[in-house]
Amino acid sequence: MSTPLLQVENLAVTFRQESVETTPVRSVSFAIHAGERVAVVGESGCGKSLTAMSLTRLSPTDRARLSGRVLFDGTDTLTLNNDGLAHVRGHGIAYVFQDPSASLNPVMRVRDQIAECLPGLRRADRLAATVRLLTQTGLPDPARAANAYPCELSGGQQQRVMLAMALAARPKLLVADEPTTALDVTTQRHVLDLIDSLAGACQMAVLLITHNLGIVAGRMSRMYVMYAGQIVESGAVAGVLTQPRHPYTRGLLAAVPLLDAPRNTPLQDIPGTVPSPDAWPSGCAFAPRCPAVQPRCRALPPPETESDGRHCRCWLEGAACC
Amino acid sequence: MLLNVQDLRVTYRTPGQKPVEAVRGVSFGVDTGGSFGIVGESGCGKSSLARTIIGLQPATAGVLRFEGQDLGQMDAAAFTRYRRAVQMVFQDAVGSLNPRMTVRQTVEEVLRVHRMCPPGRIPGRARELLDRVGLTETVLDAYPRELSGGQCQRVSFARCLALEPRLIIADEPVSALDVSVQARILNLVRTLQKELNLTVILISHDLAVVRNICDHVAVMRAGVFVESGKASDVLDAPQHPYTRELLAAIPDIARSLNLNPAQLPFFNPTCTGE
Repeated sequence: MSTPLLQVENLAVTFRQESVETTPVRSVSFAIHAGERVAVVGESGCGKSLTAMSLTRLSPTDRARLSGRVLFDGTDTLTLNNDGLAHVRGHGIAYVFQDPSASLNPVMRVRDQIAECLPGLRRADRLAATVRLLTQTGLPDPARAANAYPCELSGGQQQRVMLAMALAARPKLLVADEPTTALDVTTQRHVLDLIDSLAGACQMAVLLITHNLGIVAGRMSRMYVMYAGQIVESGAVAGVLTQPRHPYTRGLLAAVPLLDAPRNTPLQDIPGTVPSPDAWPSGCAFAPRCPAVQPRCRALPPPETESDGRHCRCWLEGAACC
Repeated sequence: MLLNVQDLRVTYRTPGQKPVEAVRGVSFGVDTGGSFGIVGESGCGKSSLARTIIGLQPATAGVLRFEGQDLGQMDAAAFTRYRRAVQMVFQDAVGSLNPRMTVRQTVEEVLRVHRMCPPGRIPGRARELLDRVGLTETVLDAYPRELSGGQCQRVSFARCLALEPRLIIADEPVSALDVSVQARILNLVRTLQKELNLTVILISHDLAVVRNICDHVAVMRAGVFVESGKASDVLDAPQHPYTRELLAAIPDIARSLNLNPAQLPFFNPTCTGE
């Protein structure tokens, strides 16, 4: 297989606060090829967003220490100087975040915010390019939207503006962090369709961070399941969702209400909550919530095993029922 | 019929601006012990409808009957009883609790103010209620900021149950929660409904959530019900194009993978995981 566009090796993020060290992301490795659609799933507090932000060192650098390697197009972004990093951000890796109203500047017109991503153009060309970008994102009246302030646009329209900004510098990888969680289902569908078609048209890879397994099932090709700062299972989407090997993946799946399931059947849930990074268990991090836990799970962290292109970090791989 | 709504209208008037008709003639009924789902997108009027039912927002026109009594004709005492009998759970679980009160105080206050039991029995009753929603002793003295979103939503339910309501309106109670926590809260709603013969109106934009809980469903758009009926009829054989559009927009795992839910290894109704 060709060299991946992004290769993350043993990425760890450590915070130090008042001489207490916590590591909310510990030894995460994954790869994304050019044009590929990859998802990272997991509950809140599993380290998904911090992993995504750390790819371009957007995590708070004064407090966070990053280790490992993040090879993007052959260069390690963790060792890049500020100029190199500035080029990777936007040109290489662009982001769309969950809450567009919080990501946009409320006192700047949309056209000025997008123009900031288009340096080196003359004023008139910048405006034309801005309207072209907004047109590309399917906004009904791009010229009007360009002149609007963010508060004059709906959530779905704001997210389209965020996409226009992300696409301005033609990135090779779009990181979409829960891009539709705050949106209605039909708007969610439009925004995701848009990301799909733009990614196809621009040969852009997509890293989607979500807790919605339905989106993953319909749109992504590979997925990573993250729990307590580690990737616990990965593989092709259809394989992971139809034959989950890790009890955590099974738990996530069982909790989702399905449209065609018999009515009034109780949903299965995962008891307990994600432990906080300062209280991660010494053995398998999922052991305290796992229905199939055994003594060795609590004693030693499980090794990562690989078969048929699938990775799993569990002592009981495939053995646990339900 | 516990609640009967006839041609309800809600119009917001702002001086100098065109009136906004949020609810434009809605009629429906809910039987005791039943569960009614209202589905629709932001701005369709579903929250205005809910606020009008619990009496937070006056209706512009229409009739609302609770146990046969017309809400508009109720005297003050009857209205107070009504406000007790109909309770609401909101989407923002953390925001709907008083940040300066512990879990225990939150529930005890309601019992005291409404004189739901003799003063000496209040602490015991509060514990009973918190136990019923699955909260343990350890969180009794916690403040909302120390709890997870799911735990706060359980406190909201306990606070509602303190007034021994007949009807609970839950407005997007799970849309801010992780999927595993969402499952737990939905299971709690189902259990409460069964054990206390509660009537539930569930407002959600997620049809799969509504389908899991409700026996009747209405699809709301621009202030009117475009389609309503038994959940199985509306969701399995939708007649209105908008219902079909909503259904098609839901990213459903089984449908996306072209599988019957029974073919998915994790979906096994005989195995409850308990």
